[in-house]
Amino acid sequence: MKESKGLYESQKLAIGYWIVAICLFGVQLIFGLIISYQYIQPEFLHKFLNFSICRLLHINSMILWLLFGFIGGIYWFLPLETEREVVGIFLGKIAFIVLIAAVSIVVLVFLLVQIGKGEMLTLWFITEGREYIEAPRWADIGIVAVFSIIFFNVFASIWKAKKLKGILWVLIVDLLAIIGFYIAGMFFSPNISVDQFWWWWVVHLWVEATWEVLVGVLVGWVLMAVLGTPRKIVEGWLYLEVFLIFGTGILGLGHHYFWIGAPEYWLGIGGFFSALEPLPLVAMIVHAVYDAGVHRLKTINKPAFFWIVAQAFGNFIGAGVWGFMHTLPQINLYSHGTQLTAAHGHLAFFGAYVATNLAIIYTALQRIRLPEESLLDGTLWKWVFIGLILAMLGITAPLTVAGFAQTFIERAVGGSTWQAYIDAQLHPWFKESMIWRMGFGIMFFVCYLLLVTDLLTIGKRKATHQQ
Amino acid sequence: MKFGWLEITLFSIVLVVVISAIFVRGKNWLEPGFWGVFAIVSSLVMFSVLWLLTFDTLKKISFGSARVPSPTVINHKIGFEYDPDKKRYMPTIGEEELFFGKKWSEQEATQLLTKGKLVIQSRNCMDCHTLLGNGAYFAPDLTKSWLDPKWQTMIQPMIGVATKEETMAKWLQNPEYYGTWQRRMPNLKLTEEEAKAVVGYLKFMSAIDTNGFPDHFGKSAATF
Repeated sequence: MKESKGLYESQKLAIGYWIVAICLFGVQLIFGLIISYQYIQPEFLHKFLNFSICRLLHINSMILWLLFGFIGGIYWFLPLETEREVVGIFLGKIAFIVLIAAVSIVVLVFLLVQIGKGEMLTLWFITEGREYIEAPRWADIGIVAVFSIIFFNVFASIWKAKKLKGILWVLIVDLLAIIGFYIAGMFFSPNISVDQFWWWWVVHLWVEATWEVLVGVLVGWVLMAVLGTPRKIVEGWLYLEVFLIFGTGILGLGHHYFWIGAPEYWLGIGGFFSALEPLPLVAMIVHAVYDAGVHRLKTINKPAFFWIVAQAFGNFIGAGVWGFMHTLPQINLYSHGTQLTAAHGHLAFFGAYVATNLAIIYTALQRIRLPEESLLDGTLWKWVFIGLILAMLGITAPLTVAGFAQTFIERAVGGSTWQAYIDAQLHPWFKESMIWRMGFGIMFFVCYLLLVTDLLTIGKRKATHQQ
Repeated sequence: MKFGWLEITLFSIVLVVVISAIFVRGKNWLEPGFWGVFAIVSSLVMFSVLWLLTFDTLKKISFGSARVPSPTVINHKIGFEYDPDKKRYMPTIGEEELFFGKKWSEQEATQLLTKGKLVIQSRNCMDCHTLLGNGAYFAPDLTKSWLDPKWQTMIQPMIGVATKEETMAKWLQNPEYYGTWQRRMPNLKLTEEEAKAVVGYLKFMSAIDTNGFPDHFGKSAATF
């Protein structure tokens, strides 16, 4: 990108992470569209790219691009916070290249080899076959190694700048937790209850605890950059959020232990704490509305500001409301393993994480393309903003209806058998929902293309004009 | 552990509040540090409680425990019945029955299940099906699949073999040929040995005490 003078090396690396992230976002959407069409026409790509493979690529590319976006965010803001170049940036660049090479190999193996024999070798080199963390074991070890390098970059920079306090302190602890929890998912057990017990340590504690805190850190930085929120206020809110997120989210893990064979006390513990999990998300809303009010919506970065507000509301509605909807055990007994979970997943990830990443990227674009303190704005981003949100609601609503049909027909009435499953899948509430979902999926993809256009062009024309 | 969920919940919350209150004495609640104390204390307390519960849970879900049976459970008849005391459905482990025509020793059964689990992971079963309710939603939940009436009412007559386990093994090796509706399971190239191991795993899984999930499996008049 031009006009990148005056940027730290670390910030240039951040741009690299974001470019890969946005490409992987596209990959996620393409495979999402394929599987949504396979629900309507199951023969589509049957035998060549089965649902399982496309779905695996859909969710894994999502996790990766969100992570890449976060890492970019860390590399972007870290030198600003520490007022120095990141320590070990060369190592960080090597890690970036290694990561991209590893991701490419894993994706190629998923696409071309797909499955293996039932032996340990398959788990090491083809697929681990556990939802969300299908990456083979060698790649798991690689991910931990790369994350350790990033952790070193962050820790050493903060250490040298003597700024181990406030937001950076939270970041350090959270990165350690992210690495630690990932390791919990790296072993094989023939006992599926034990297997799923540890598997949720990774999946839940990442997504519903450490990622939320990481996003809290990143959102704090964005607020300081685009609204000029005082550091003291951001820190206060961040601590409050960590208190509420870890206070509710760690034992909220129990809502995944209802039906995997774990003892009955998880029904109560999981139900209680996960019902409280929306609390920090409410705090985020209060925070966003408060900040916007204090600054009378005056900002130097319209798109970043709007995405931050969308993040607060999206996180609360998607993760909070849609999660609460089916988190109590008495409801979950029937709604577990239905499209209701898919509805929640789509809205929550979009609200909590996609919005954060877009806000961070727009924040950086203002700095990259415009002179200091001038406003980043345009027309296209507004269409993208409204379009993506409407499309996501359009995906979530039919999935919720389909989940309702499954909960009712397959689980509650039919008793969850093979035939009960088929009955629910053939019901109009389900079948028609799948068509609506696909339609809004296409709309989402079109908005994605507009988003890419906007990211490539926003601020450029204005800069020339002002010069 | 003798404590119930309510005691554990209240204990951890009270602990967070009390310890935090001790450390924030004299601090202004509008200062970030005030909430910093709460953040540290709640993280440490909740994580410690999670560790304690993890040890307890792992003990209670090991092979051969009351909740997760020993692999040799495949030598028994398995059911899923309403338990009037617990007020929910519970797996029942009944009289001995041969599995693939033989009685499996502890070692053989463990080997079979290990193989079965490896096959399940190597074929990405979880990216279409749900196991214990977790996975993707493109295909039926397999938690109690061993007890599904469809094996005997529809698949067995189609394949024409003597037992349920042979029916399942044959079907798994050629799911496309014996299609059940328009969404077909692809052929995942299971060898005979692998298919047997998966069937063994499904039988074992149906005997796990899942706190009553899925409720009244196979007991509805709508299922056949």
